[in-house]
Amino acid sequence: MFPDDFRAGVRAALPSLLGLIPFGLVAGIAALDAGLSPLQAVGLSAVVFAGASQLAAIDLLANDASLVVVVLTAIVINLRMAMYSASIAPYFESLRRRWEVVCSYLLTDVGYALSITEFAEDDGTSRRWYYLGAAGAVWTVWQVATVVGVFLGTGIPDEWGVGFAVPLVFLTLLVSEVSDRPRLVAALVGGSVAVAGANWPLNLGLIGGALAGVVSGALVDRRGE
Amino acid sequence: MTTDYGPLAIWTVVLVVGVATFAIRYSFIFLFGRIDGVPSRIESGLRFVPAAVLAALVAPAIVDPGPTVAATILDDRLLAGAVAAVVAWYTDNMFATIAVGLLALWAVGAVL
Repeated sequence: MFPDDFRAGVRAALPSLLGLIPFGLVAGIAALDAGLSPLQAVGLSAVVFAGASQLAAIDLLANDASLVVVVLTAIVINLRMAMYSASIAPYFESLRRRWEVVCSYLLTDVGYALSITEFAEDDGTSRRWYYLGAAGAVWTVWQVATVVGVFLGTGIPDEWGVGFAVPLVFLTLLVSEVSDRPRLVAALVGGSVAVAGANWPLNLGLIGGALAGVVSGALVDRRGE
Repeated sequence: MTTDYGPLAIWTVVLVVGVATFAIRYSFIFLFGRIDGVPSRIESGLRFVPAAVLAALVAPAIVDPGPTVAATILDDRLLAGAVAAVVAWYTDNMFATIAVGLLALWAVGAVL
């Protein structure tokens, strides 16, 4: 129910926001350093709203790579979101089209991970409001952090390690998600492939790890039946 | 280094990447909203997406393969991650996990 589920979504997102702030500051600072105007830097965060691809595009622009390479690199990095889209789509089936569009625009690693865990655990949660709370909080912090980075021109020192909060969020969700053997296998294979592919270009380690994990989980599941 | 590209080129990149990224995000949400229900074979595979994706997001952030097994294990992020995983397992509380994880990262960093 609104506003309870909306608030629950915001609350669930709070810990990860701590880790997103330094990342968002960097998105603003790096854009200016690369020669983008403040408006372009903020526009990039508002229109694309996907940190890893933004930083890659900024880096390639700074090095005057061809525009085709800039665009394709950013798109490949964001391909993982197709998996999120497929995974969360069954929960969004009853949404009106305009809410589908809003929820799609807001889809991120954190928003997806928080919502999918909540939806799987609790049938009674309003999908739309919980998701809008969590994903909307991520969006707000990302935009504000970018603007602050643009105007302040300085971030939070790396040594503070605050960015580590985001993987810790994923870790908490992972621990509660691994509830049976097939899921454990999916996690072990997915994690191992992702570590092996940590240096692969274009985030392919993440995409490859996730796909390998899903296939392994499904195979173990079928053998167990 | 600063870019030699002008405003038109940069705004084009922003718009093209933005539209493409939105299309990726909307792809299956659009599709499954139009067809009648998600095919059961796809749905059974999708059950494993969260575990696989979360592990693929977490693992590279805490595991940094070193030249030796000892160097890999005696890593501040891995040790802090292990402590955080124990807290997550017993408390299922995100704030506690993050607080302990960050404190462990600082503590291990101070010792190592």
